[in-house]
Amino acid sequence: MSRKITVNVCMGTGGIAAGGSTVMEAFRQEFAEVGVDNARVVEKCRLHKVGCRGFCARDVLVDIAIDDQSWTYQYVDEKMVKRLVAEHILDNKPVEQWLVGDDYHTFHDNQEKIILGVLGHIDPESIDEYIGIGGYKAAEKVLATMTPQDTIEEIKRSGLRGRGGAGFPTGLKWSFCAANQADRRYIICNADEGDPGAFMDRSVIEGNPHAVIEGMIIGAYAIGADTGYIYIRAEYPLAVQRLKIALAAAKERGFLGKGICGSSFDLDLKIKLGAGAFVCGEETALIASIEGERGMPRAKPPFPANKGLWGKPTIINNVETLANIPPIINRGAEWFTSIGSEKSKGTKVIALTGKIRNTGLIEIPMGMPLKKIIYDIGGGIEGDRLFKAVQTGGPSGGCIPQQHIDLPVDYEGLKSVGSMMGSGGMVVLDETDCMVNIAKFFLTFTQEESCGKCVPCRIGTKRLLEILTRITEGEGKPSDLDLLQELAEDVRDASLCGLGMSAPNPVLSTLKYFRHEYEAHIFQKKCPAKVCSKLLTFYIRPDHCVGCGACKKACAVKAISGELKQVHQVDQALCIKCGSCFDACKFNAVIKE
Amino acid sequence: MEKEKEEILEGIYKAAQANGDNIISILQELQHQFGYVQKDSVEWFARKSNIPEAKFYGVLTFYSQFHMSPRGKNIVTVCSGTVCHVKGSARIISKLREDLKLKGNEVTTKDGLFTLENVNCVGACSIAPVVIVNEKVYGKMSPDKMLKNLKAYKE
Ligand SMILES: Cc1cc2nc3c(=O)[nH]c(=O)nc-3n(C[C@H](O)[C@H](O)[C@H](O)COP(=O)(O)O)c2cc1C
Repeated sequence: MSRKITVNVCMGTGGIAAGGSTVMEAFRQEFAEVGVDNARVVEKCRLHKVGCRGFCARDVLVDIAIDDQSWTYQYVDEKMVKRLVAEHILDNKPVEQWLVGDDYHTFHDNQEKIILGVLGHIDPESIDEYIGIGGYKAAEKVLATMTPQDTIEEIKRSGLRGRGGAGFPTGLKWSFCAANQADRRYIICNADEGDPGAFMDRSVIEGNPHAVIEGMIIGAYAIGADTGYIYIRAEYPLAVQRLKIALAAAKERGFLGKGICGSSFDLDLKIKLGAGAFVCGEETALIASIEGERGMPRAKPPFPANKGLWGKPTIINNVETLANIPPIINRGAEWFTSIGSEKSKGTKVIALTGKIRNTGLIEIPMGMPLKKIIYDIGGGIEGDRLFKAVQTGGPSGGCIPQQHIDLPVDYEGLKSVGSMMGSGGMVVLDETDCMVNIAKFFLTFTQEESCGKCVPCRIGTKRLLEILTRITEGEGKPSDLDLLQELAEDVRDASLCGLGMSAPNPVLSTLKYFRHEYEAHIFQKKCPAKVCSKLLTFYIRPDHCVGCGACKKACAVKAISGELKQVHQVDQALCIKCGSCFDACKFNAVIKE
Repeated sequence: MEKEKEEILEGIYKAAQANGDNIISILQELQHQFGYVQKDSVEWFARKSNIPEAKFYGVLTFYSQFHMSPRGKNIVTVCSGTVCHVKGSARIISKLREDLKLKGNEVTTKDGLFTLENVNCVGACSIAPVVIVNEKVYGKMSPDKMLKNLKAYKE
């Protein structure tokens, strides 16, 4: 009897970096070698390029599915392929020791996957596979049986809110746009994803580009747009490539172009590559950038829904927002409202990263407590160190401390503690992270990315950064705490766009919850987390030093002396506190304090 | 300006006219052709299209994608996203700078073999810290591991 065999290899950016293509190639070779494709074992093997399935910490992940049963292997490399083929595929004996463990299942079982469900199961470069799972059904339904008005009403009733950061109700925004008298309207997909620590949108496009295109078709029909743009970062080459393939396929099958699905509706979609400016994720700056100008935001109103690209009514939606549209149309607004919390419906895709065991891409129902995300899905803190804070919302968000660990994660919840959803990045920090340093890191970012148009942001972020820098270098003054607070509030209140308004959040939230760390830097000239190098002293414990000389070799400024097999010493006058000796020592003999 | 170069510029200009391209697209094309955006190309375009040079420079200097000086044969990009930061990207950068003997604000080595730059986030946070050389992604890097990887590009 012939068995149906499928081997799935994770080929997202994470998977490829971990060696996905070599693993895939190894399977191909091994199959050719043992002849799985021909007479000896009559089986049909199919190699599959699948997108991200979220558990990037365990890459390369490989599924071996035989008939209806499927096994998942973790940390696969090319050397393991021979045995997998021999034992599992030829002998039907799964290699137990390499299978994923229980934590892989708790990681997935606590999630609710509307968007990510198909990622990792379909080939993003094949439109047939998307159609095979019911793809483009929603677009066909809307075009054949619903008016634009019906479509907008359905999205309104679903309670869907924008996933790009601000959480504005999507249906309402569409209705504003549709209400304008205009000869032309545009729809734009915001795939700029500039927040450091965020890779949700990239993964969705890499794993299921057609869902975004289908969402755009429905949105364009609802507002009456005949042209759309996908504004995507040039730093995402794989996503861009898959999008191009998907657009071409959709055009060929008549889902884009003239008279879509036999209706009288036309839509043309184009890709615009971002040129590397964070602020271009802001909608008015994005529009300026598509028009070929400097990407500087302008005052609102008028909102883009009324006056956007080339002065025409324009809808800008985030990738994830758009990917939510087809399931809402297919399964109805009631179904969608049954998921999530009172004011935030549906799910949120989150990039869970940092000092956590199970890093990766997850999708949770809105309102799930932070604790559940970190401990049940995330598996707790790496190396069993102590949890310190979780940073959400990227440079616009804040740091949430232990005391709020039960907080429900939705738009309102995060806002109530001085952070925000942002695009959904979640970086877990542990006791070895310095909160002043984190605030400085984000201000370095926003200061650099400020477009310079308005003074509070341009100069305010620079001054904030200067103060934070001097605190981390031991030059902080007692008055700096009040100054930081006041200046941060001014920048927040007086800036023109979201960048400046939210840039102070990392400062304000760390000042609020981790004031004692600021005080230790300023008054005791100490960094409690031992991160700020200027405040540290390195020395060698005589009772641990074996005199191997590793630290001496690593020291670039020759500050370490000592004979081989003798205890070494650090000359504090020469030491530049780079930490190389600390990394080099294998005997825990180098101490920093 | 050499005749050859002028012909290339003429070609870009014609294509831009035909497609209705904007300044960003023109600059992207210039950079694609010459590896970086040269001053004389900007002057040439400004004259040809009757758009002030300042307008070109305004766009050129706004976006981090554009470069105004030649770049190295190998581009080493260190990710400086949040996760890479808390996992030690700064240490990787300083080790690489030391190894490549880059001083002050220099980003390209004297022999033109390497350009070292950082990027806000490549979105591969699960394998932080990340360094990309040309198109190859190196995950879970440390300063020492990266120095070893770099050796292969020096041959
Ligand atoms: C500085 C700044 C950066 C932003 N970056 C992004 C981004 O990368 N992606 C995104 O979808 N929205 C981003 N936004 C939000 C957009 O302005 C806009 O609200 C969003 O794209 C609307 O889509 P939505 O309603 O579907 O969320 C950013 C806003 C600001 C102020």
